[in-house]
Amino acid sequence: MDDQLEDFKKTFFEESTDLLGMAEMHLMDLSITEPSAESLGAIFRSVHSIKGGAGAFGMERLVKFTHSFESVLDALRSGKITIDKSRHDLLMKGFDVVSDLVREAKGDVQLPADREATVLADLNDWWPQDGGHGGSGGGTAKAAVAVKKIQKFIVRFKPLRTLYAKANEPLLILRQIKNLGNAIIACTTGGVPTLDRFDPEEAYIGWIIQIETDIGEAALMEVFEFVDVDSELSIQLQPDGPQTIETPFAAAAPATTEDPGQEVAKTAQAAAPAKDGGKEKEASEKSAAVTSIRVDLDKIDRLVNMVGEIVITQAMVAEQLKQLNIESKNLMNGLESMQQHTRELQDSVMSIRAQPVKSVFQRMPRLVRELASTLNKDVRLVTAGENTEVDKTVIEQLSDPLTHMIRNSVDHGIEMPDKREAAGKPREGTILLSAEHRSGRIVIQIVDDGGGINRERVKQKCIEKGLINPDAQLTDEEIDNFIFLPGFSTAEKISNVSGRGVGMDVVKKNIQALGGRVNVVNKPGQGSRFVLSLPLTLAVLDGMVVTVGAERYVLPLTSIIELLRPTPEMISKLITHGDLIHIRGEYIRLLYVHDVFNIRDAITNPADALVVLVEVDGGQKVGLVVDEVIGQQQVVIKSLESNYRQIEGVSAATILGDGRVALILDVIGLRQILLDRAASTHPRTLEAAS
Amino acid sequence: MSKTVLTVDDSKMIQHMVGFTLKQAGFDVKQAFNGQNALDVLDGQKVDCIVTDLNMPGMDSLEFIKYLRQHPVYKTTPILMLTSEKDEIRKQAGRDAGATGWLVKPFNTDKLVNTIKKVTL
Repeated sequence: MDDQLEDFKKTFFEESTDLLGMAEMHLMDLSITEPSAESLGAIFRSVHSIKGGAGAFGMERLVKFTHSFESVLDALRSGKITIDKSRHDLLMKGFDVVSDLVREAKGDVQLPADREATVLADLNDWWPQDGGHGGSGGGTAKAAVAVKKIQKFIVRFKPLRTLYAKANEPLLILRQIKNLGNAIIACTTGGVPTLDRFDPEEAYIGWIIQIETDIGEAALMEVFEFVDVDSELSIQLQPDGPQTIETPFAAAAPATTEDPGQEVAKTAQAAAPAKDGGKEKEASEKSAAVTSIRVDLDKIDRLVNMVGEIVITQAMVAEQLKQLNIESKNLMNGLESMQQHTRELQDSVMSIRAQPVKSVFQRMPRLVRELASTLNKDVRLVTAGENTEVDKTVIEQLSDPLTHMIRNSVDHGIEMPDKREAAGKPREGTILLSAEHRSGRIVIQIVDDGGGINRERVKQKCIEKGLINPDAQLTDEEIDNFIFLPGFSTAEKISNVSGRGVGMDVVKKNIQALGGRVNVVNKPGQGSRFVLSLPLTLAVLDGMVVTVGAERYVLPLTSIIELLRPTPEMISKLITHGDLIHIRGEYIRLLYVHDVFNIRDAITNPADALVVLVEVDGGQKVGLVVDEVIGQQQVVIKSLESNYRQIEGVSAATILGDGRVALILDVIGLRQILLDRAASTHPRTLEAAS
Repeated sequence: MSKTVLTVDDSKMIQHMVGFTLKQAGFDVKQAFNGQNALDVLDGQKVDCIVTDLNMPGMDSLEFIKYLRQHPVYKTTPILMLTSEKDEIRKQAGRDAGATGWLVKPFNTDKLVNTIKKVTL
């Protein structure tokens, strides 16, 4: 190394001599009236280079002088100061000093201590310096002086696209941070758009870092030295006390790894420590500000209502225009795009109310663990699709039915470990709870690998309770659906867990109240699968508008199976069951809507009217007799209960395009009316034949 | 595999010192005396980092950095510029041109090696 160092010095001195010679040459040629930029640049560079070398070898005296000299030359080069005869002489003297100082550094001469004093004073006088020259160590030396005290910082770091354009790499920065102390790093991915809007060169993700370190704020800041202007960066010192960062739900995936690619995968484990701590609220609110804001629910509801009004108004305008019979292509185009925008606006507003089902799913693992240990069973709950979003109201109403169904699965579905082993299954039973979006609805499934529904026992129970005729020929599907009947319970003994008869019928009622459906798929010996299908929102509904007499009604599209205009031969009149329609070997009860609501001037003969086949529950069907179908339309639901009172057979109301109010029919309620009437006239005829 | 660093400086002394330091630290070193020469030395080959002086005769350093940022091979190559600390305006110009980071002259060898490590994977 010493040899090398001597070599460097040799090169440095040789080069300095060359540089000085060149500088002097330029200086001699320099015109005082019109100094050439090239010459001034060359003169500046020579001093600059000498200073650089001198700094590397620790030649303090030379560095000090060249630093001032260089500043003057730089000011001159950039036109901040001008040169005259005496100043030209000063520059000459300056180079003499540099030359002398180089020789002294080389060890050729000994200079008096004040050799450069006058020239330096004159130079500083010409272009005053601020402060001394820079230390050779940079920020690290300063940071080392800082008090060694453990401090906690919250760093928010969100790169801009320019950061990447300058070849900076956040991974390296995060790595450095991790080496500075005890760091928790969370990635905020909330800004990542969908693939169609994704720009590969845009910067979308950021990080929130909590670090405990003794290096001090300045040294922490230095990590971001090269990127501070190319990122949104904040470093906050946290007061003492236990704190954790809580990242916004679904917006940030907390992770402890340094590799951003792995962070998503580790979300689950890392999420746990972010849940405790008392004062984290403040931090979480701030971190939420990165990607989300808190809005009062009332405000959102108001927005939802306003959008609902717009949808109605827009439908009214469209209706009016149709009646005016104006042939205008532009008008129609405008109307069409307005229609589209209104729908998009509505979707966007609805999505504000949407929340991931996670909040409900999260409670289930604990429930399963506690139940399983009470029952001495081994049960594992697997959840999937927790981030599936659905309207807040739906989520709120989902909790009870789901809890009930999970309970049932643990209690009735999963067998005792020994029994499982005997059946060749693993001792540990598995329950899968999943959510997904499917054609505009949310589908939630609860699948267990237990014993399934024992059809023999279900049938036996139903006969015992007089729910069915012992001779009735029943399909497997029908038997499976008996578990949804009120008052049904097959549990051998009533346990704390379930089996008090307030079971699946309540679940079913709750789900149906939300406009949803429940189905069960049963594989005896292998397990059962409950499928819940719910609307994504309770504020709008895709409906079919029908007329009965002068009235209009809306039928939920999801419950409609088919529409038909029957021939007279298809209709049979039975005294015990009312009118039936015979279709593809099946007899289905007819329900006259005009009869239920006492409407005059409606078509009474089903052969002249239309029959809408609707599914009520468990695959059972009812044929609603209406006059005519107007069309399919998205309607805004207006609650009857909050504006008037509940009416049997009607779930809500809406306002149609012509401004008229239409009632939304509750098909399950209608069927109940039908059954009640049949029961009151013929008490002995029950379910079995329906 | 050792990383390759290209250093661009018109001062032989700086080149000598920087080159030695980097080789000691385990880097492969390529050297050039100005921007134009650097492009010749690079010859389209990828390097892990480019350290360039901001004051050089010939092709302007800022032009050199801008050129590299347009070049498909060097678009994402970290570029460190050597500046003197009071050169805030020029430093800013260097950042605007696309430099990844900077080293303030005079610097010691540890600082040089650490800064290069700071910006190279």
